Amino acid sequence: MPQIHVTTRINGDAVEYLCEPEETLLDVLRDRLGLTGSKEGCGTGDCGACTVLLDGRHVCSCLALGAEAEGREIRTIEGLAEGERLHPLQRKVLEHAALQCGVCTPGVLMAAKALLDRNPDPSETEIRYWLAGNLCRCTGYDKIVRAVLDAASELREADHAA
Amino acid sequence: MRYEAPDTTEAAVALLSGEQGLARVLAGGTDLLVQLRSGFTEPDLVVDVKRIAPMQTISAEAGGYRIGAAVSAAQLGEHEGVCALWPGVVEASQLIGSSQIQNRASLAGNLCNASPAADSVPALVAADAVAGIVGPDGRRELPVAEIAVAPGKTALATGELVESIFLPARPARAADAYLRFTPRTEMDIAVVGAGVSLTLDADGICREARVALGAVAARVLLVEEAAAALIGSPLDDAALDALATAASAACRPIDDKRGTIEFRTKVAGVLARRAARTALARAKARS
Repeated sequence: MPQIHVTTRINGDAVEYLCEPEETLLDVLRDRLGLTGSKEGCGTGDCGACTVLLDGRHVCSCLALGAEAEGREIRTIEGLAEGERLHPLQRKVLEHAALQCGVCTPGVLMAAKALLDRNPDPSETEIRYWLAGNLCRCTGYDKIVRAVLDAASELREADHAA
Repeated sequence: MRYEAPDTTEAAVALLSGEQGLARVLAGGTDLLVQLRSGFTEPDLVVDVKRIAPMQTISAEAGGYRIGAAVSAAQLGEHEGVCALWPGVVEASQLIGSSQIQNRASLAGNLCNASPAADSVPALVAADAVAGIVGPDGRRELPVAEIAVAPGKTALATGELVESIFLPARPARAADAYLRFTPRTEMDIAVVGAGVSLTLDADGICREARVALGAVAARVLLVEEAAAALIGSPLDDAALDALATAASAACRPIDDKRGTIEFRTKVAGVLARRAARTALARAKARS
């Protein structure tokens, strides 16, 4: 089987690549496109470290094929900041020391982005359920949840001011 | 492995039936990709059905809803009409995996993966849902209860695939509910699942009921004795006791790391009872 030619958009840019039919989107991002921010934790959709947005919905990129991205819109952690300016979620994760080893962080941030895009004022319980598929083995979830609550609050104020 | 993403069901059927080797259907991929990556399955052809418009659509039909085979659990949960008419089916679908999995996993995929512990299947069986199947010989319908024949095996013939799942219309004073037991609140597989659907008359007496159990046998069980215990009653304690006894008596579970035979048998009765009470409260609210 020849490689598959895929045309898609990643972080707003038109991107073309060739991939094997069985190659996952995660492997395409990391190994072909050099976008190594998305991490492989479990490879079975349990840990969420590979979370990206596919047409605005957060998915495990280890459970999608690279070929499925044809004509879709993908957002990865590399596109979250605007140049040097961190997204409020990123800044709050730093301020709250909500990361240690950092392997889960890109997936947490993309899943949290998907939440705040839909619900600008989530409760702590809603955040915990939404992020239940993002496993963290060292930081502890409390700091992550507080960072998301704080980022949501700041984004609402910015929205209000605008 | 070849990857194909046709844009009609007929093209998908032609691909599936033309393949000499192993062909697999890809909807959300939350089971298939895990199997691919572990080497558990090595298909020669994967047919992605997410580009097929009717498979991505929820449409009102004859007072019920037709759910396309690739509609995600998240899309289902966002559909007000389905949530109002079949709350038990929706709550079962919302229990599957994380929010990431919810954005990909489909009812039809959960059904065709044919796991005895699939969360949405007892709810679909209780709802008397019907799978719309397309194959090389045309279209046919099959009750959801008859799709899985053994763990990992379905009643689908070579070249056939599920295009949609139909949830029927229901009268006022009718509702459903699904409950499962897992040691954790999220990200776990059912140790026992129980779906109950019922219809009350104007006096609050149960006139129709269906009770289905998951993870307590090689396939999801439709327990007619348990439904019979409810019919003709106002779901008083005596009827609920009889329901629980009948549900436990129907169980043929295995011992595994998630639960023992004894535990599953007992919990099946407890969950059937609680799901019936929830369905009752919802049915009364729909009068």
